[in-house]
Amino acid sequence: MTKEATLEPELSHPMEELLRMDRIPHIWCPTCGLGTVVTAFASAIQKLEIGLDDIAVVSGIGCTGRVAGYVKIDSFHTTHGRAIPFATGLHLANPKLKTVVISGDGDLISIGGNHFIHAARRNIDLTVICVNNFIYAMTGGQVAPTTPLTANASTMPYGNFEQPFSIPYLADSCGAVYVARWSALHVRRLVTAIAEAIAKPGFSVVEVISPCSTLYSRRNRLGTGLDLMRFYHDNCEIKHGADTRELEIKFQEKITVGKFIDRDRPTFVQSMNNWYGKVFGDEYEPYEGAVE
Amino acid sequence: MMENLGLGIMMEVPTVIINVQRGGPSTGLPTLPAQADIMQARWGSHGDYELIAVAPSSPQESFDYMIMAFNLSEKYRVPTLVMMDECVGHMTEKIVIPEPEEIEITPRKLYDGPKDEYLPYRPDEDMVPWMVRAGDGYRFHTTGLTHDERGYPAMNAECQHELVTRLMDKIRTKADEIAVLEEDEVDGADVVVISYGISSRVAIPAVERARAEGVKVGSLRMVTVWPFPENRMRELAKEVGALVVVELNMGQMYYEVERVAAGNAKTILVPHAGGWVHDSEDIYQAIKGGAR
Ligand SMILES: Cc1ncc(C[n+]2csc(CCOP(=O)(O)OP(=O)(O)O)c2C)c(N)n1
Ligand code: SF4
Ligand SMILES: [Mg+2]
Repeated sequence: MTKEATLEPELSHPMEELLRMDRIPHIWCPTCGLGTVVTAFASAIQKLEIGLDDIAVVSGIGCTGRVAGYVKIDSFHTTHGRAIPFATGLHLANPKLKTVVISGDGDLISIGGNHFIHAARRNIDLTVICVNNFIYAMTGGQVAPTTPLTANASTMPYGNFEQPFSIPYLADSCGAVYVARWSALHVRRLVTAIAEAIAKPGFSVVEVISPCSTLYSRRNRLGTGLDLMRFYHDNCEIKHGADTRELEIKFQEKITVGKFIDRDRPTFVQSMNNWYGKVFGDEYEPYEGAVE
Repeated sequence: MMENLGLGIMMEVPTVIINVQRGGPSTGLPTLPAQADIMQARWGSHGDYELIAVAPSSPQESFDYMIMAFNLSEKYRVPTLVMMDECVGHMTEKIVIPEPEEIEITPRKLYDGPKDEYLPYRPDEDMVPWMVRAGDGYRFHTTGLTHDERGYPAMNAECQHELVTRLMDKIRTKADEIAVLEEDEVDGADVVVISYGISSRVAIPAVERARAEGVKVGSLRMVTVWPFPENRMRELAKEVGALVVVELNMGQMYYEVERVAAGNAKTILVPHAGGWVHDSEDIYQAIKGGAR
């Protein structure tokens, strides 16, 4: 039988061009939300029609940290908490490159929290996609700075008593210019938000509420990833422009999603060029990157 | 810092790190001299590795050896540490800055071959792989995980063995080539004073005093401190009666010297806990004690 005559369809992934197919199957659990996040990110790149040589992704460590290994663009899997400083270096060396950080809530908000707040303050032109599964998933479900009060974690076996951070509120108060929150269920809106965030000059943050079926869900008896998706369906409330002080996520209660912040502020490089242009006048050559 | 030094070694990123040492542990002596980070420089990150470190002893050397450090880190694609100390860091002396065209610069090992043939971690003959830059269209992946030639994670003992061996051998087998040692009156010496950084300058009056009294004393000053110049030290230990190690710590490089001397020469440590430089008298007494 010739190839054309076979009844078996030629299987290929519609996003093959954007994925490292030689690394598939990935390591993530069934019904984990991370696959959706990768798809949303790849769709946003396609939507923006960015050249695949003009965008880079940087991840830290964790289940989410593995994203960098599966996307077929320049991709960096760095150390725990240090995705933002690594990305800052990459961006400053080549500001023309769109630099996107994709990492977990623990990575970005706990060990990397200081980098997050200062990159927002300095308005470094980065897009941060923070996958919030409310837990340190890769290492066995330890409490994260995003774990809702009373939720169970391996290091909070009687329930969490630590006040969590609200990522949008944190990002807003530190000066991020674009802040949105969606869940892994809101695929189309998530794609739009990621595309907007990438297109936006300055520090933009997209929080993705994402099911961790294996750890967060199991420890808290919330069912499979699919059950969590159903929960998002029934409990996410879209409220664009919501006051970020009111975005706290309580255990198994309503989750406010939407685009909360979209404002303009000079980026780090713009501020530097503006300022030195003032101080040194024509003698100053505006910085446009170190790569010819 | 140390975890990311390891990342630099693993990803083979040319990097220069300056450590102006002060007394420790902890906040210790801000800011008074010490050379007590010399083993941390070598072993501070986890895992097995080799790197390069240089120790200037003056402002002029800080300038010259900084360039050398950059060149070495580019050539070997390895983090290179510039181990200064508080004395050198705060020292004011006249320096001569050469014309830019007189400065020798080792270019980055940039690959420009066919894109489909590029493997980011395929070693060249010198065991150092070729580099590309993000944005140049190679769409490469790099990680701090043990990886294969494609830069993809490979979690097995064989790959670990191959990678770690290469990372170490690319430096280890070039140790003689990398070593910069300043030797003075070592031929026929009875005692040789070994030192680096500020201690090399502090040792001079004691060496001269002993010489004036007829002691056959030479000196060996390590400009590069890592990789340890094993071959030369071993040879020396066979030729002289005693090796006197002067360093601003309680004995660090001393144990390297003792190890390679392997009983062929007497080894004498002149320790100092830091906070000030050695008293010349202590060095002089050690030289006298080592003389036959
Ligand atoms: C310095 C350091 N500390 C701890 C770890 C172990 N570690 C690996 S992943 C992780 C937590 C990841 O949590 P998160 O960023 O939320 O990612 P997730 O796995 O949930 O996607 C930790 C603590 C590490 N790799 N490095
Ligand atoms: S442990 Fe949780 S976050 Fe990690 S892959 Fe599994 S489901 Fe996803
Ligand atoms: Mg997490």
